[in-house]
Amino acid sequence: MTAQTLTPPAKTPAGAAPSAPKRHRRGGWGIERRPGWFSYTLVAVFFIAGAYPLYWSFIMGSRDNTALTQTWPPLLPGGQFWKNVAEVFDTVDFWKALGNSIIVAVVISASVIFFSTLAGYAFAKLRFRGREGLMVFVIATLAVPTQLGIIPMFMVMKQFGWTGTLGAVIIPTLVTAFGVFFMRQYLVDVIPDELIEAARIDGASMFRTFWHVGVPAARPAMGILGLFTFMTAWTDYLWPLLVVPQNPTLQVALSQLQSARYVDYSIVLAGAILATLPLLVVLVLAGKQLVSGIMAGAVKG
Amino acid sequence: MTSTLSSPPRRQTRPSAPRPAASTPRPTFRQRLNRWDVRYSPYFYVAPFFILFGLIGLFPLVYTFVVSLNDWNLLTGPGDWVGFDNFASELTDHLFWNSVFNTFSIFFLSAIPQLIAATVIAAVLDQNLRAKTFWRVSVILPYVVTPVAVTLIFSNMFGEKYGLINNILESLHIPGIMWKTETLPSHLAIATMVNWRWTGYNALILLAAMQAVPRDIHESAAIDGAGAVRRFFSITIPSIRPTFIFVVITATIGGLQIFTEPKLFNAASSIPGGPQRQYQTTVLYLWDLAFNRQSFGKAAAVAWILFVIIVLIGLINFAITRSISGAEAKAISRRKQRRLAQVRQREMDAAAGTITEGGVE
Repeated sequence: MTAQTLTPPAKTPAGAAPSAPKRHRRGGWGIERRPGWFSYTLVAVFFIAGAYPLYWSFIMGSRDNTALTQTWPPLLPGGQFWKNVAEVFDTVDFWKALGNSIIVAVVISASVIFFSTLAGYAFAKLRFRGREGLMVFVIATLAVPTQLGIIPMFMVMKQFGWTGTLGAVIIPTLVTAFGVFFMRQYLVDVIPDELIEAARIDGASMFRTFWHVGVPAARPAMGILGLFTFMTAWTDYLWPLLVVPQNPTLQVALSQLQSARYVDYSIVLAGAILATLPLLVVLVLAGKQLVSGIMAGAVKG
Repeated sequence: MTSTLSSPPRRQTRPSAPRPAASTPRPTFRQRLNRWDVRYSPYFYVAPFFILFGLIGLFPLVYTFVVSLNDWNLLTGPGDWVGFDNFASELTDHLFWNSVFNTFSIFFLSAIPQLIAATVIAAVLDQNLRAKTFWRVSVILPYVVTPVAVTLIFSNMFGEKYGLINNILESLHIPGIMWKTETLPSHLAIATMVNWRWTGYNALILLAAMQAVPRDIHESAAIDGAGAVRRFFSITIPSIRPTFIFVVITATIGGLQIFTEPKLFNAASSIPGGPQRQYQTTVLYLWDLAFNRQSFGKAAAVAWILFVIIVLIGLINFAITRSISGAEAKAISRRKQRRLAQVRQREMDAAAGTITEGGVE
């Protein structure tokens, strides 16, 4: 992790982990004291506000419809969660939707990681004419709301007969400006130029150099980028709703629960919790990486 | 200095790939190949992004404009060339302006409380809390819940008849609120969903900015007798301003394109965005226009108007940032700046030390 040490700290809020130990090594003048109960109350309240709606949904999703009409919500889950889940499976093709979402998110993540690393590496470490100009262009495209192009995109997909196929969901996000920018910011400091030069002198081709020097160095950032791309692809709703309503991704299927003729809200909420579970697992396993990824995303160009 | 600067002839002494035929025949070809490799590889590496952006970013924008100039129908295809008629009719359509009003109303209701809360939470997390990682992870718990799930959950909580919130209000003898019927309550409900999901995320971004403030500044202010609150307003807030603006800009770009929450807020409504379009945002209006009312031309015009609005707001944000940071720079006393420079210098020296020790991974 040479990235953090190379740049002046004032400009690099990259990740909690590297900067955190530093501040505690120094002696404090009262500012490193443990904060008082007020701070803990505040974060605890915030945590409860974040967790309660989920917990409430779980309670409601594990009881029958009558629980919703009670004045004070029950505090403990009932025993009907699996029964409601079974209803979810009857209403929508949950497993297929889950499979579709996994395919979409995995393919998009793999592609975004590969192409963003490749482009980010070129922008960070290779010299070529027009590099600065092209990089500015990449940054400018970050602000372009591509969602507004849905009309022609839909027309094109329809023209090619791709509507209803997962390809229509995958293709528009195979590489993102954010990914390129993110990898460039990371790689510019993390690979010493001497290493690339050494590989070149040893006779490695440009691509071999990228593969054996660039990619290993980029691995931590690739992980974080992959995590976020996966999340974004997983949560996307507007575009899949438009192109694959009959072959839904998980989000589309979930929304269809609500538009069934007879809406049973315990089932809707059980479905919402069920669809959230995979990401809760991600949060538990990779919460630290998510946090440092969000914090690293704050790095300004 | 990058590898591309080293001269090809020197590399010639060490053949690149250990292929069997490499030793004697056609050295000039390999040399040329190598030069091509060096010169054109970077373009191949960055090309996928530009090609794809051209296809899914630039082309749709341009083509949206073309569509907007036609009386284009979803089913019958391109109709007559109508010039700017679609723009004119949309700009005078009260449904369009209704959607713009809703979008901005929801945006302000979500952005302002969210940023205040995120700053406070970030300041708390910036302290030396016990179980720091746990708290940090806990604030992004809502972020991993997808917008569709968030909307399903909150749509129930805000239910008018049996929703959690109205149940509680009624048990306190307060009449229930028509969250899905009245304009302002529906905007509040949708803003709540946005806030719930994004506050913690933005708090972490602001936390990152706060941690980048050199501790020495805090320490010297503390020596000078500044309390925690004073340090927060005089040191933390000014130093995180650039990041703050960054968060505002991203929130704007996202907030003006809000779709999922209003789309799914009330499944019973046949018109997306409420029976009287109480919370129909502009993207939802665009959707309705294009795919329910089949008027691609008008929808394309709306897309372009929204695009221009978003870009304009981005530019205004940028200009405001510029002028604020300009004024700010003047306001900072020279002494403070000198102190800051010293701190930076020290950090740089320390960093340089780490590099020489650290070496290559």
